[in-house]
Amino acid sequence: MMNRNPQLDENGVLQHLLTTEGLPASVLLHILDTAESFVGVTERDVKKIPLLRGKSIFNLFFEPSTRTRTTFEIAAKRLSADVINLNIAVSAQSKGEALLDTVNNLSAMNADMFVVRHAQSGAAHLIARHVRSDIHVINAGDGSHAHPTQALLDMFTIRRHKQDFHNLRVAIIGDILHSRVARSQIHALTTLGVPEVRVIAPKTLLPKMVERLGVHVYHDMAKGLKDIDVLMMLRLQNERMQGANLPSPEEYFKYYGLTPEKLSLARRDAIVMHPGPMNRGVEIDSAVADGKQSVILSQVTFGIAVRMAVMSILAGNQA
Amino acid sequence: MQLPDAETLFKSLAKKIQSDCDKDFVLVGIHTGGVWLAERLHQELAITQPLGTLDVSFYRDDFDKIGLHSKVKRSEIPFEVEGAHIILVDDVLYTGRTIRAAINELFDYGRPACIRLATLVDRSGRELPIAAQYTGVELQLPADKMLELKREANGKLSLNLYDKSLAE
Amino acid sequence: MKIHIKNGRLIDPKHGVDAVQDIFIAKGKVVAIGEAPKEFQASRVIDARSLIVCPGFVDLSVRLREPGFEYKATLESEMGAAVAGGITSFACPPDTDPPLDEPGLVEMLKHRAKSLNQAHVYPIGALTQGLNGERLTEMAELNDAGCVVFGQSDGLLSNLRVLMQAMRYASTFGFSVWLRPQEISLTSDGVAHDGEVATRLGLPTVPVCAETIALANIILLTKETGVRVHLCRISSAEGLAMVRVAKHQGLPISCDVTINHLHLSDMDIGFFDSNCHLMPPLRGFSDRDALRQGVLDGTIDAICSDHAPVDEDAKLLPFGQSEIGATGVELLLPLTLKWGMEMRLPMLKVLAKITSDPAQILGIDAGHIAVGSAADICIFDPDHYWKVTSTAILSQGKNTPFMGMELPGGIKYTLVNGQIVYER
Repeated sequence: MMNRNPQLDENGVLQHLLTTEGLPASVLLHILDTAESFVGVTERDVKKIPLLRGKSIFNLFFEPSTRTRTTFEIAAKRLSADVINLNIAVSAQSKGEALLDTVNNLSAMNADMFVVRHAQSGAAHLIARHVRSDIHVINAGDGSHAHPTQALLDMFTIRRHKQDFHNLRVAIIGDILHSRVARSQIHALTTLGVPEVRVIAPKTLLPKMVERLGVHVYHDMAKGLKDIDVLMMLRLQNERMQGANLPSPEEYFKYYGLTPEKLSLARRDAIVMHPGPMNRGVEIDSAVADGKQSVILSQVTFGIAVRMAVMSILAGNQA
Repeated sequence: MQLPDAETLFKSLAKKIQSDCDKDFVLVGIHTGGVWLAERLHQELAITQPLGTLDVSFYRDDFDKIGLHSKVKRSEIPFEVEGAHIILVDDVLYTGRTIRAAINELFDYGRPACIRLATLVDRSGRELPIAAQYTGVELQLPADKMLELKREANGKLSLNLYDKSLAE
Repeated sequence: MKIHIKNGRLIDPKHGVDAVQDIFIAKGKVVAIGEAPKEFQASRVIDARSLIVCPGFVDLSVRLREPGFEYKATLESEMGAAVAGGITSFACPPDTDPPLDEPGLVEMLKHRAKSLNQAHVYPIGALTQGLNGERLTEMAELNDAGCVVFGQSDGLLSNLRVLMQAMRYASTFGFSVWLRPQEISLTSDGVAHDGEVATRLGLPTVPVCAETIALANIILLTKETGVRVHLCRISSAEGLAMVRVAKHQGLPISCDVTINHLHLSDMDIGFFDSNCHLMPPLRGFSDRDALRQGVLDGTIDAICSDHAPVDEDAKLLPFGQSEIGATGVELLLPLTLKWGMEMRLPMLKVLAKITSDPAQILGIDAGHIAVGSAADICIFDPDHYWKVTSTAILSQGKNTPFMGMELPGGIKYTLVNGQIVYER
């Protein structure tokens, strides 16, 4: 019972979006294709459509993140849903209310969808397993586990710039160990048929047996970036300097920070991505972040369309 | 049941539009059959303004029942809707719900001067106060049948009748 | 009460007995095996045809949650569950609240347990005060109060000097020290084995070297201090190999494994099943296979349930925040039988791991059936399969990775001191 993919119902219909792992390529492509139509909507004067009129979407953020919450909020509002933001990090949880009690209380307020962000891996799975069956759950980031909408918007951006996934070499660079974004990117890339996915990081920022996820491991940027079409940078959090993961931001930047010189080692038409917020001068040089190979701003734009697509597909899939 | 020939209907529809419309109008086809028709009309009537296309999936009123299963296409309105004279083109006019959705969507692009409706077939069964200004033919069809426009590889249009249960 | 158990297949690993023999019990003791004593008038005859009659089981780790955690379980509920699992003697770890570091607490526990008249309870005394690894407890006093051995439970020791002195002090009085090998500085917030599953799920890890490094320290300190050491809950193939070497060198070391680690691996975590949040963490397939082999070849001396009833709310949390542990007393026999069947072992050898062998580690006269000894006996049907459900389990803890599974071994009777304390 615990081993059925909790995102899909018995008929293989998507009920929750918790991770990109284990989803068939057809489901991922359906989301990307639907997002294409929403890009059209976001470019109009009236950016709102009536699709989710009368639906209530709760943003449950157990871990503060204004940025991610805002993109989900905009997406929901453009679909005409009612959005309720709950920053639970500073309300119920501090009073000791259990996670599932919070969820049950909100379910009783006729919620249709929960967008969940939590510092613990597996929190969104837990909620999805225990909510009323007509409520859909979107994982907006759980611990170091998954951040599927970020990965999907990255896939959307790659497809926009490179058209096809089947002839690409993609490198994910940085703190793979703690990154939910990296894990979701790896699963999405391999599912969509990218033949070569590399991870580049010092050994202290790589989880054990990461190659089992279907990636090639590099510790050297010069070797790892050769022939690369897409560079996916990861955010390096300052707290990684504690806990003996890294000696200093300066040394990290020198060996793993993306500078124009290092970027020149990749293919000439390579694109550079970053999930944001960026630490300029730590994982990425400003000259690259703002350079002509950077597609970081279009990632942000597409993020809304992709989240609109995920919300509408889930809302339309009755349990 | 003998269905009328779609190519003949198309010619008569084109003629009706041509004889009636003198103003500078634009065409908007509704996916998928309506777009095929609009493309043909665009050519036949030698319209200079670009063609618009609508996928009304995001405006449908049965989203709660059927969701977003089929592949949604992107709506393309490559002209200023504000003040435009629009002829909306669809293959079959039935309940009127698709047209309602299309009109709603058009208004999210701007306020047109007028919208007229052209359909190849007007079958009875309207559920909304919607009527076509130009039609190829009016047909009485049983409620359990579904009428669909098809386009062959050479571009030739034809009408097909299905059992609704088989179409699901 | 005089009891005659007839027609049963008597299996007594300590004495190598596996034969259909009757047992006669009077005044709480076994008075005869085979032939009835003269003028024996049974007040109760138990027909054990097609059942196995064996010593009551000895479990090296059963948490009763008293004092301090009565909302998880009570002495009554867990003592009842233990005998329903055929367990007649068990050791309970000192990780109560407050910990078992004062004679008064131990006496109270012994007294409360005794008044329930069920299984024999052997409290493990805390090795350090408050289990916080700084000051030694009054071990001799605690021994007088009823502690037979001393341990740290999951309160891992960070200071090697304290550990060495504790081992030395215990050896002065001939007490055994029970330690779970896990280096604390390599544990931090880890909740899962450092392998593919944790990598996929993004869970913080406890690497195998946390176990092996702690083992190396303990083994060297065993040599240094000469104390008898029991290693609790071995989890890795590498750790097991070190124990094997240490035993070959003749060090006074024994070790156990839990029923969970004998059957499961980190793969069983699936989609964050908090029932699989155990400590040490469930490790890889090859580790599990090595443990199964290790029990067979005797490197691992005993199988324990590591019974830890957890209230439901504490498991309904994200994996890393959920409470560690699984209920186990009622699964000790079924999962030991399952291991024995899968390894194709004779019943005599299988049952030794939960009777005579753990009794020897605990240093108690139990886990065997002999004329003149206390009649602590379990009678079970090896061919009865039952489904693990929250109603089938009597323990207040309903949390186990085996929930919903069909397992062999139905307990029919449990006798402690010649009294029937459980029957169905």
